[in-house]
Amino acid sequence: MLLGLPVNRAFEHMNFLGIIGRVTLQFLAAAGRLGLFTAHAIIGIFSPPFYFRDLGKQMLAIGYYSLPVVGLTALFTGAALALNIYVGGSRFNAESVLPTIVVIGMVRELGPVLAGLIVAGRVSAAMAAELGTMRVTEQIDALVTLSTDPFKYLVTPRIVATTIMMPFLVIVADTIGVFGGFVIATDKLGFNPGIYVEKTVEFLEKIDVIASLTKAAVFGFILSLMGCYHGYNSKGGAQGVGVATTNAVVSACILILLSDYFITEMFFSS
Amino acid sequence: MTETPVIRIRDLHKQFGSKVVLNGVDLDVKAGESMVIIGGSGTGKSVLLKCILGILVPERGSIEIDGENIIGMNRQDRKEILKKFGMLFQGAALFDSLPVWENVTFGLLAQKKVKRSEAKSVAIETLRRVGLEADVAGLNPSELSGGMQKRVGLARAIANKPEIIFFDEPTTGLDPIMADVINDLIVECVKEVGATALSITHDMASVRKIADRVAMLYKGKIIWSGPCDEIDQSDNEFVDQFINGRAEGPIHMELLKA
Ligand SMILES: Nc1ncnc2c1ncn2[C@@H]1O[C@H](COP(=O)(O)OP(=O)(O)O)[C@@H](O)[C@H]1O
Ligand SMILES: [Mg+2]
Repeated sequence: MLLGLPVNRAFEHMNFLGIIGRVTLQFLAAAGRLGLFTAHAIIGIFSPPFYFRDLGKQMLAIGYYSLPVVGLTALFTGAALALNIYVGGSRFNAESVLPTIVVIGMVRELGPVLAGLIVAGRVSAAMAAELGTMRVTEQIDALVTLSTDPFKYLVTPRIVATTIMMPFLVIVADTIGVFGGFVIATDKLGFNPGIYVEKTVEFLEKIDVIASLTKAAVFGFILSLMGCYHGYNSKGGAQGVGVATTNAVVSACILILLSDYFITEMFFSS
Repeated sequence: MTETPVIRIRDLHKQFGSKVVLNGVDLDVKAGESMVIIGGSGTGKSVLLKCILGILVPERGSIEIDGENIIGMNRQDRKEILKKFGMLFQGAALFDSLPVWENVTFGLLAQKKVKRSEAKSVAIETLRRVGLEADVAGLNPSELSGGMQKRVGLARAIANKPEIIFFDEPTTGLDPIMADVINDLIVECVKEVGATALSITHDMASVRKIADRVAMLYKGKIIWSGPCDEIDQSDNEFVDQFINGRAEGPIHMELLKA
């Protein structure tokens, strides 16, 4: 008997506390490592050498080649949104709000979030897999022996490129999403094209666009940071690279949704 | 006359978590000599090289390069020191996103020693020295065989005429003939650039070909070192077992006890 509990129960108890302690410590350590990584990445933006060639390559790979998936996603989401609002709105004879809701929904929320999640699936995964493979095949160590800071050469250009390109992708997503709604509304639901456009423009405010672009840049930073962080720190062969890739995408998606809420609150909660 | 060794390591300790890998390594490598470290897989040979390069940070001990202790040195000075080094990695570690010529001249371009427009011809020249044709320059590393990748890795390591070259298991994973070709190239290239070489391997044929001196790493320490031609008369049962590749011997018994 120990502390009035049967011995094995008492140990179970202590074991449970031990697990909590260990998990807490691990969490704090991971948060610290991520904090350092982020600081290092941000310092790299402002201190030479700058790898403009690699920045350009990354901007092309991230921005241009993500256009098809982002565009398609936005198109169908805009169309589905219009359909849903029409069906929902007609119960209250409020179909006429459709253009307003489509544009605000797309620009404030769906454009950046969907683009963020899609690009996370594409780009975070690719970054984690690429840097992870470079880590386990010693390519990152090789950079050190060739007078190159691997962090500045690999991580900084990727994060800068994604943070710059995401707003452009989101402008495209917003526009195509609104266009998707427009097509359904005018083609299937009998809206007058002229009035639809008028209402869209009338109700879209500058702050909506600013919020959209802010979200885009923040999401771009987050998803590239997650891809690079997990890839750069991966270990243990092919399996380690797989784990890094999964962790990159999952953590990027969660952090995007989390920060989406806070940015929305920052802009629109008053 | 006592000249300062190019590399002087004293009491070097490195562990990962509770796993002790290097446990007081002492090693001297003199200018112009070819030192080979032998030892079983996982004894910490690569870790030792990475400590010297500053990729890993040891817990204790000193590493002097040309008399300067590099542990705790600031980034800028360390970067200068690193320019003296070239390294051929175990798996060649070529950058697979870049063509062969950019791999070979990567260090030169990073140090701005060649212009981009001239880099390709410099690369072709260097590739020729390791026995590769000019048309290899435009290929991607993934299009090369293992032996060719090693040669490109060697070309990359010697491209900026380093004073000190590291070879991490240069012949592992190659067939015996290709291994011999690589050994010859190593001897030739090291002589040509007049470099000090530190190699690690567990391939005895390679040792006999490239080593002036040999040191054996075992259980985190250098347990024997001496000229290559004395290795057969080392009077050290660990060394004897290793160079003859016997399963029976003190090393096996230690493993059983552990
Ligand atoms: N970055 C690292 N993190 C944790 N353990 C490592 C790391 N690098 C090497 N080790 C461990 O150190 C030991 C020695 O590795 P290494 O130097 O690669 O051996 P080898 O002599 O075959 O080159 C191995 O057991 C390996 O698991
Ligand atoms: Mg090794």
